Amino acid sequence: MVDSYRPKDLKEALSIRAEHGAMPLAGGTDLMVRYQSWTGTLPLFKNSIMFIGHLKEMKYIKKEAKDKTSTLVIGGTATLTSVANHPETPVVLKEAVLSIAAPALRNNATLTGNICNASPAGDSICALYALDAVIVIEKTGSRREVPITEFITGPGRTVLAESELVTAIKVPLKASSVNNFTKVGTRKANALSKLSFTGVADYKNGRVDSIALTFGAVGPTVVRSVELEKKLKGLSGSEIETKISAILEDYSTVIVPIDDQRSSAVYRKKVALNLLEKYLRELSRHE
Amino acid sequence: MKEIKFILNGKEVSVEADPLKRLLDVLREDKRMTGVKEGCGEGECGACSVLMNGVLVNSCMIPLGAVEEAEIVTPEGIRETEKGKLIIDAFGDAGAVQCGFCTPGMMMATEALLTINKTPEEEEIREALSGNLCRCTGYDLIVKGVQIASERGKDLW
Repeated sequence: MVDSYRPKDLKEALSIRAEHGAMPLAGGTDLMVRYQSWTGTLPLFKNSIMFIGHLKEMKYIKKEAKDKTSTLVIGGTATLTSVANHPETPVVLKEAVLSIAAPALRNNATLTGNICNASPAGDSICALYALDAVIVIEKTGSRREVPITEFITGPGRTVLAESELVTAIKVPLKASSVNNFTKVGTRKANALSKLSFTGVADYKNGRVDSIALTFGAVGPTVVRSVELEKKLKGLSGSEIETKISAILEDYSTVIVPIDDQRSSAVYRKKVALNLLEKYLRELSRHE
Repeated sequence: MKEIKFILNGKEVSVEADPLKRLLDVLREDKRMTGVKEGCGEGECGACSVLMNGVLVNSCMIPLGAVEEAEIVTPEGIRETEKGKLIIDAFGDAGAVQCGFCTPGMMMATEALLTINKTPEEEEIREALSGNLCRCTGYDLIVKGVQIASERGKDLW
């Protein structure tokens, strides 16, 4: 049996983190399963727990505009359902969130929880890598912002210190005309990903102006290659079409999945490259 | 152990238990509300579905401490209401019930769906029930049950 805390506000939550390092539990949809025991017995948590799902200060989604850029700020206890329903949520993030589990779970699970769980198969993470999301981390008396690529360091591992709490996720809202999120699982609802893919890109004057391509569940963390994306910037649609096989060859060197209970390395790599090819063909037709 | 207060089927209740005890166990053991079933215990089958502050959730994944001050509605809370009786009759008329184990959860999901969308399309019904597993019916008859409830309950939801 471990201690549990129920802070009345964010300030108290941060001081409980500083004093006890209690594990934050918002929706509980990952933690209650990971530590589940027999029916009628308590979950076998190893450390103390802090309930945060009720904290209203972090239950928000808002659009912030500064200079010429706008950002969607998703509070630390905002549920997946609220993210999916928000009119400003980028389409790939919306689709990624809606591919997670089923309505009852999404009503309680939080986007922040999905990131802090840091599963290589975390569906929202794949989309958030492509969207250049930034994680807002607070502790008593200080605050820092970390790009999601640096926040997640490995399977189940993040840079979050015991005294810290993720209080928001910032998603830059950028122009993007060719968007795709695809999850491959054994069934449509309640399946964990065999792999996932996100592509976002925008053209300016007939040339690719911005592009991000990410692959989930094919490595210890989401795979994204900024170097390979650079090679695609500035190309026209027809140039992309002629280069598709070369691009796929480039990506086959960075997509190095493993065999596990959900899928095989061979299948994952083949399907990841197929999804990339499908996306590139769609992209080449747009300009 | 801690005393935790919440609203259960419209009445304020107080439970003395470890805040990490699953809401599912609190409902079945402390409150003897056995309409809530345990199928998988990990959020995949929906047999333990309840409404929390008006939305569908899985009570197997919610610790009691997270429920403090919340409003919980179980199958016992809707079965005597006009809407609940209508869903029960619609499921019966459609032949949507065989072994019955998934049925309370299916009915909670139906209530949650019709509350936000009183005339759902078939696809919307299937999406709304996608977290509720049934091993008997093949789902078509349950979808039919929801359609009947939606037609008959136009003025209720």
